[in-house]
Amino acid sequence: MKNCEYQQIDPQALPTPTPTPPPHHGNDTEKKKEPRRPRRKWEVFPGKNRFYCNGRIIVARQSGVLPLTLGLILVTSGLFFIFDCPFLVKHLTSCIPVIGGVLFVFVLITLLQTSFTDPGILPRATPDEAADIEKQIDNTGNTSYRPPPRTKEVLINQQVVKLKYCFTCKMFRPPRTSHCSLCDNCVERFDHHCPWVGNCVGKRNYRFFYTFIVSLSFLTAFIFGCVTTHLALSMWFCSDLQSFTAVELVICFFSVWSILGLSGFHTYLVASNLTTNEDIKGSWSGKSGEDVTNPYSHKNIFINCCSVLCAPMPPSLIDRRGFLPADESAQTGSADIELPTLAAKSEINVVGAAFALQKSPSPVPAPCDCHQNSFCA
Amino acid sequence: MATEFHNLQELRHSASLANKVFIQRDYSEGTTCKFQTKFPSELESRIERTLFEDTVKTLNNYYAEAEKIGGQSYLEGCLACATAYLIFLCMETRYEKVLKKIAKYIQEQNEKIYAPRGLLITDPIERGMRVIEISIYEDRGSSGSSSGSSSVSGSTAR
Repeated sequence: MKNCEYQQIDPQALPTPTPTPPPHHGNDTEKKKEPRRPRRKWEVFPGKNRFYCNGRIIVARQSGVLPLTLGLILVTSGLFFIFDCPFLVKHLTSCIPVIGGVLFVFVLITLLQTSFTDPGILPRATPDEAADIEKQIDNTGNTSYRPPPRTKEVLINQQVVKLKYCFTCKMFRPPRTSHCSLCDNCVERFDHHCPWVGNCVGKRNYRFFYTFIVSLSFLTAFIFGCVTTHLALSMWFCSDLQSFTAVELVICFFSVWSILGLSGFHTYLVASNLTTNEDIKGSWSGKSGEDVTNPYSHKNIFINCCSVLCAPMPPSLIDRRGFLPADESAQTGSADIELPTLAAKSEINVVGAAFALQKSPSPVPAPCDCHQNSFCA
Repeated sequence: MATEFHNLQELRHSASLANKVFIQRDYSEGTTCKFQTKFPSELESRIERTLFEDTVKTLNNYYAEAEKIGGQSYLEGCLACATAYLIFLCMETRYEKVLKKIAKYIQEQNEKIYAPRGLLITDPIERGMRVIEISIYEDRGSSGSSSGSSSVSGSTAR
């Protein structure tokens, strides 16, 4: 099982010094001697995500430009506090660093929450469920080739919506769900995969993302305003100016327009209960001439905003920190997958192993207590 | 041969899994969590239709309660936003509280109604809230290979 290629197992989190090695490492003697330690579900997660802190933190495989985002915010804010604040406190008011500090903390916290939260990943279908769906679709039993794309039509608020079948996750995607190819997961209410935060933006972390970009626009506008004031006052008082102020000015000038624009765009999306994905595809704009309306909109801007930003926080469905049942962690190679595997070659083993582990021979379902630990972030 | 199971333990030890039925989601009202109440044909000889529909309707009501958008959820949302959503790390959310109630309800239903009939409901959260999985068991001694071949014990265990 190739889970070590894309997962980071926190060595401090492992309870025993010699954990059960994956089969391809070849340490068979250790496997037979040591009792198997209970493994957590994140260790066998089939998507392309990385986990830290024993499954508490989830990020996409490629962190994108998250370090750049963090660096820009830290550097610009740092320069602002070091070079501009003393001057402005002396000449204007001491509220300036306070406001700046609050905005800065807000931006950092929401950025980290957007990056490290499960965006609403749907766990892949169990073999039984996938087989049941296959049975309903066709009964030919021929699974050696890729069947034509499968869709299912449902009526949502009197609007016909097509649900597509996901070949990787082996299920019909619920409405508004999309499969992210970068993370290799189906994500509920998929908005987009944001390289700046290094994660998908979906149902569970959209509010964090929106708060992040809004507070970032306030922060950049605030710093831009303060820097401009500093420049103006410096010229007035004929005092020296640091070159760093010019750096801040340039960064803020270029970012304030793009971030303000992005905040405005997402405010429009929130008010009409749309996702970036739907807006780009034009799903509800009626381009094809049909009379289509957004079936998810509540037809009221205030209710739309509240349902997107203030709805109860849905739980994480992937149960990262839950334990695998002990008898199933032994069955790593015995999966028989009859369904067509269309994922890349390197993922077939992972998917197969994950399916084997999810297959439940024991009749009693796992106790639900194991979920409680995973309902964080 | 009458299959009579008194509790979940006996179900595990003396029965084998015959089939699984999946109750799909009902998207007619949007993306809120709701399951179809259509009675599957595989369960026709196993359980009364009204009992099954009651279970699914109660589950749907629980999920509706968890996802309800109203005055209280607005306040919670605004408070969470004001604390930069750090409050989610400290407190149990409303949804989680309702999920615990659902888990307890399913456990109770399994013990009282479903296990005596050789059935077992899996909590939808274990299946990504996509399906309600109902496992159908046969007594190991019986020769039936698919559901519906053995007679229902009829003990309601109430």
